[in-house]
Amino acid sequence: MNKKWLAMLLTGAMVASMGTAVMAEEAETEGAPTAVTTVGPDDGTHFELWTFVDLHSNFYANMVNEWNEANPDKQVQITFSTYPYGDMHNKLMMSLQAGSGAPDICDIEIGQFPNYTGADCPLYDLTAALAPYEDTMVTSRLDVYSKEDGSRVGVPTHVGATVMYWNAEIFEQYALDYKSVKTWDDYTALGQQLKEASNGEVYLTAVDTGGVDWMWIAMAEYGDDWTGGPGGEPNVQLDSVQKMLEMQQQWLNDGIAMIATDGHTDTDGCRVPISEGKIASFPKAMWYMSRFTGYEAMKTLEGKYDITTCPVFEEGQKCSVGVGGTGTVVTNECENPELAAEWLAWAKCSEAGQKHIWNDLGFDVCNTAFWSDEEFAYDESNIYNTFFRVKPYEVLNQLAEADAIGTVYTTSVSPTINDYFCTTVLNNVLEDGMDVAEALQDAQDTIEMELM
Amino acid sequence: MSKAKKLLYSQKIAPYVFVLPYILSLLIFWLYPLVTGILMSFQNVTFGGKEWVGTAHYAKLLQDKFFGIAVSNSVEYMVLTLVLLIPIPMLLAVLMESRLTKAKGVWKLIMYIPALTSVVISGLLFRLMFSEGDNGQMNVILHMFGQPSFAWLKTKWTAWVGLLLLCMWRWTGVNMLYFVAGLKSIDNSVYESGEIDGANGWQKFRYITLPLLKPTTVYVVTISVFAGLSMFLESFMLWNGNSSPKNIGLTIVGYLYKRGIEKNDMGYACAVGVVLMIIALVINFIQLIATGTIKVGKKED
Repeated sequence: MNKKWLAMLLTGAMVASMGTAVMAEEAETEGAPTAVTTVGPDDGTHFELWTFVDLHSNFYANMVNEWNEANPDKQVQITFSTYPYGDMHNKLMMSLQAGSGAPDICDIEIGQFPNYTGADCPLYDLTAALAPYEDTMVTSRLDVYSKEDGSRVGVPTHVGATVMYWNAEIFEQYALDYKSVKTWDDYTALGQQLKEASNGEVYLTAVDTGGVDWMWIAMAEYGDDWTGGPGGEPNVQLDSVQKMLEMQQQWLNDGIAMIATDGHTDTDGCRVPISEGKIASFPKAMWYMSRFTGYEAMKTLEGKYDITTCPVFEEGQKCSVGVGGTGTVVTNECENPELAAEWLAWAKCSEAGQKHIWNDLGFDVCNTAFWSDEEFAYDESNIYNTFFRVKPYEVLNQLAEADAIGTVYTTSVSPTINDYFCTTVLNNVLEDGMDVAEALQDAQDTIEMELM
Repeated sequence: MSKAKKLLYSQKIAPYVFVLPYILSLLIFWLYPLVTGILMSFQNVTFGGKEWVGTAHYAKLLQDKFFGIAVSNSVEYMVLTLVLLIPIPMLLAVLMESRLTKAKGVWKLIMYIPALTSVVISGLLFRLMFSEGDNGQMNVILHMFGQPSFAWLKTKWTAWVGLLLLCMWRWTGVNMLYFVAGLKSIDNSVYESGEIDGANGWQKFRYITLPLLKPTTVYVVTISVFAGLSMFLESFMLWNGNSSPKNIGLTIVGYLYKRGIEKNDMGYACAVGVVLMIIALVINFIQLIATGTIKVGKKED
């Protein structure tokens, strides 16, 4: 009898240690940050800042120095820690759930943002701090980092307008004209010509199985939104999405397009065929420019790439959409949130901040008044103005003049939709050739089930 | 003796003092999280707040197809690791102990070394080997046979070959050492008497080694069931995150992590954890009863 109890106890203990082992393994994956730097005087107010992009901390460091020069009475000192994307968000989530260990200021990627704005939101209200800049910034960008009651909790970095990147050298080599492409039909026809001219060695584009940017373009062009907007019901069975997916399926069948290595064009895997000239064009947000200058392999593309607006399904549609982004927040663990908020709003929204966002990071700034400011936008000392065959803000101004940048919201249903599309729907449709209507029906059922 | 000294030398209290660290760690790190976890599975947990929702999470779990995928993946993985990681290490252990094998220490060392590497690093290496790019190890091998590159980690069976290879690479040596230890405890005289009775090699293995190795086998099976069901990091590393194409790499713990940490739904994640615990307990009790380690209905002493 005793033995039986002993065995049961041992089994229980082993089950328990299984849980502990899982926790220990998790701890192992969340290693040390890849970079830590501290900027500012020791007697300044100290803040911790986490980010998942190393470039961002360089930008913030510049802003700390400029702030301290201008505000001798409000000195700040900030320690920047950069973690890999997933690790940083998981660490932040765990520390906010536990109520201790979170940084004072933190970058949160837009797709993750809705996870933090629900009940008992642990983020400091930035409405007052952002008030001075409210009029100059693109409102939709402020809205995406707000709570349901409209209070601002995140500071935007960029618009993320989607544009078309073209390897112009390839098209010149085969004497093809990419500049006259207006619609997706033109684009498809160009793909056929490219395939014939290059014997199928160069693909017109790469379609994503691990990203939804293409779907966003399609939705923006038709004015759709699968989240249903703030407070709306999710609906992924949209004509726009179906048209885009069917078109992509056709491209794959015809050998015009390839499936992006490792899921989408912003991966190490896919930067290889891009830099080798196997992919001739792809749509991506403006911020992708920084990948050209930030990765060794991509630097060889200097002078080869051109940027234009994206094709549309029907002429007269909007042709761009704000994709991606980082909302910077002040957490409820910050001991001096007023100062943190004031610095943060200044660092990202003031004129000085906007200049650094463009010159250091190469982003399309949220204060559109600067877009047409010659001195701001077309300065040759900015690397992006010389790297590409066009000055990026020329394309942005075309978009602004035509009011062509659409909006797809990121709401509390977005993480669920994105997750299902990136794991299942896009793989079913693009890898396995599943019927698009069927795949979207399945997606709708699954998403409704999960959000129940 | 003074009262204090009496207390200090008390034979009744001393054992409790000695087990106190274990009892405390059990209470703090096991019982407390276990009880809170079970309670949280009946709550909606937000940042700092909680609200009772009854059995809503469990009702939802029943309809949750991702949870279904996670459970079937975890169980499948557990079964496959059992199929691979019991017989193969056992045979290797028998080989290790046979007179035919030379340089036993070297072989054991080579087999054991992978267990010392971190899952993170080995997962990363396997991800690079099975990468869909043209320079992935497996694709380079395919190219040698004139085949085009293949997206290994996007198809279930090829991805699972990678996952199981990783598991075998890391654990074969460990399990083999368990079996070697078990073999060492079998008295040589049993084999000698078997030989006198004319038993051949297979008969010796079947009727002497296997039955006498049973305690070791039961132990290895038990820990392998736990390890298989709680697998998370291997899949997390192989797919560079918790999302795999069509969820072919989603495990129960992976789903728990996704819900609790990535989607901020701790209450639901706790319900997933409770179900995982129940599955693990049920499987192991069945296994322990079937092998006779726990006897039901009979009093032993």
